[in-house]
Amino acid sequence: MVELVAVGYRIGHKWIVRDIDLKIEAGQFWILVGPNGAGKTTLLRLISGELSPTTGRIRLFGESIDKYSPQELARQRAYLQQKRDVNFPFRASEIVLLGRHPHLNGARECPTDFTIAEEAMKKVQSEMFAERLYPTLSGGEASRVDLARILAQKPELFLLDEPTNHLDPRHQVQILHLCQSIAQSGKSVIAAVHDLNLASMYAEHVLMLRQGIPIAVGPPALVLTPQQLETAYDVPFEVMRLSSGRLVVLPLLSDSIPKTGTLKSVSN
Amino acid sequence: MKNRARILCILGSLLPISLCVAAGVGAYQILPWRIPIVLLFREDGFDVLIYVRFPRVILSAIVGSVLAISGATLQGIFRNPLADPGLIGVTAGAGLGAAVWIVLIGSGFFGIWGVPIAAFTGGVIVTIAVWKIAQTQGQVLTVTLLLAGIALNSFAGAGIGLMTFLADEEQLRSLTFWLLGGFGGATWRVVAVTLPVAIVGGFVLFRLARALNAMSLGESEAYHLGVSTESLKRWAVFGVALTVGAAVSAAGGIGFVGLVVPHLIRLMGGADHRYVLPGSALGGAILLVLADLFARTVAIPAELPVGVITALLGGPFFLWLLMRFKKEVVYG
Repeated sequence: MVELVAVGYRIGHKWIVRDIDLKIEAGQFWILVGPNGAGKTTLLRLISGELSPTTGRIRLFGESIDKYSPQELARQRAYLQQKRDVNFPFRASEIVLLGRHPHLNGARECPTDFTIAEEAMKKVQSEMFAERLYPTLSGGEASRVDLARILAQKPELFLLDEPTNHLDPRHQVQILHLCQSIAQSGKSVIAAVHDLNLASMYAEHVLMLRQGIPIAVGPPALVLTPQQLETAYDVPFEVMRLSSGRLVVLPLLSDSIPKTGTLKSVSN
Repeated sequence: MKNRARILCILGSLLPISLCVAAGVGAYQILPWRIPIVLLFREDGFDVLIYVRFPRVILSAIVGSVLAISGATLQGIFRNPLADPGLIGVTAGAGLGAAVWIVLIGSGFFGIWGVPIAAFTGGVIVTIAVWKIAQTQGQVLTVTLLLAGIALNSFAGAGIGLMTFLADEEQLRSLTFWLLGGFGGATWRVVAVTLPVAIVGGFVLFRLARALNAMSLGESEAYHLGVSTESLKRWAVFGVALTVGAAVSAAGGIGFVGLVVPHLIRLMGGADHRYVLPGSALGGAILLVLADLFARTVAIPAELPVGVITALLGGPFFLWLLMRFKKEVVYG
């Protein structure tokens, strides 16, 4: 579905990501992990077509991604952004309905579009906010409304930048479960996730980035090892396997990080 | 949804009413419901209506509606409810063009059309300059557009200040009156020049409504929803420069209509631009027709500049909005 060959992206002299070779097939659920600034968001924006790679090439359904018009792209892939601010009094249901934009061709929404938007809101338990003004929603509520908008877009490829941000544990698990079932229905999902335990629970494939360079690719059990985690995050990890087969990934305080007065020394 | 259609219907029927009231009231009174009779039977007041009042109220309606549509469009583009048509430099540029014409060139060329032509040219030139400055590597970032607008606004403001300083007494008076705005010079000819430009520009802006909705989520979100954001911005700036340039050259700088009207419309029926743009067109027309009525009747036979009236009404209203905005969005 998506293929990246030797993709790199540079701002000025700084490489944000480089040497990315990746092939994502229909029905796969990928999770990107890595420390802050590792290039997860940039990689997602490159795959979305919003940024053009400095080197290498990206193909979507075998076709170079810069051949697509914005509207054609929007029918194939949807993108959930981390930051959001809406300054106008739109209702949550109107925000979700915007997901239908690429399919309308300038016509008015028909009843089908409203049904799709309603179903999308139900899938992420946000139908009770439908009539509320979006700017007055809490972070978690707004996140779910945005997810509903992405679902209403009905793309083949879902690009999600920290979809579990701001969510309580119940909704985090539900959202990742939803991603899993989206993948099972033959679509692809690529999500950047900070919570390694959640990543290990749900991902089929994990791509670990450090300073823009992929350092490990594969199933969670092979990627989330103490050595590789320490390389990525510069902090030791303990990884345990529970009897159910699930992984528990815990960062440990290393001696190199002072245990007291941490905040003070960091803020210097 | 139904609610919005109802608001548009109410505004749509208020507009002809306010046009008739404004056409009837003045130094020579004609009762609004007698207007058809006066027109039909050419009774007393026919000439006043045809040659003075009608061009004036129609021009104020056109100017009010393009200012409000432009305001709503730019608020959508900048995703900021406090944006104003002046933000991209078109108003200040038109003011500078007019000031340069009045003070340095004088009324010798083009007769009465000199100032409007200079104003329109000034407005369009400054807008193009803002656009070119904001362009980096073929892209126009909204932030740079805003900053370039602010920079050129202050530059044009300085130019107007310099012209004011250089002007003699008579030039100063016509300059001041023009900068404050008014419909004293409204004739059918001015209407005939302004109306087509307003229709073309308004058509361009109306077509952007849906893309502006997507834009309210953010520029990259709009892109991810399939909007060509560059072309959206280009068309928006083009439409605004055209219509506001024409409006300012017909009636001078009239502030606050473009800022306040879209807000009122949003407060009444929500933020969907497919409703906000037509609603602003109607609301802006009604507001400016009534403001002009007030400006010319409050101190008969003297006439206040309508820009002063809109600013007088708009200033406090703007503060009230700001308070409300703080409450709703920050503490909501």
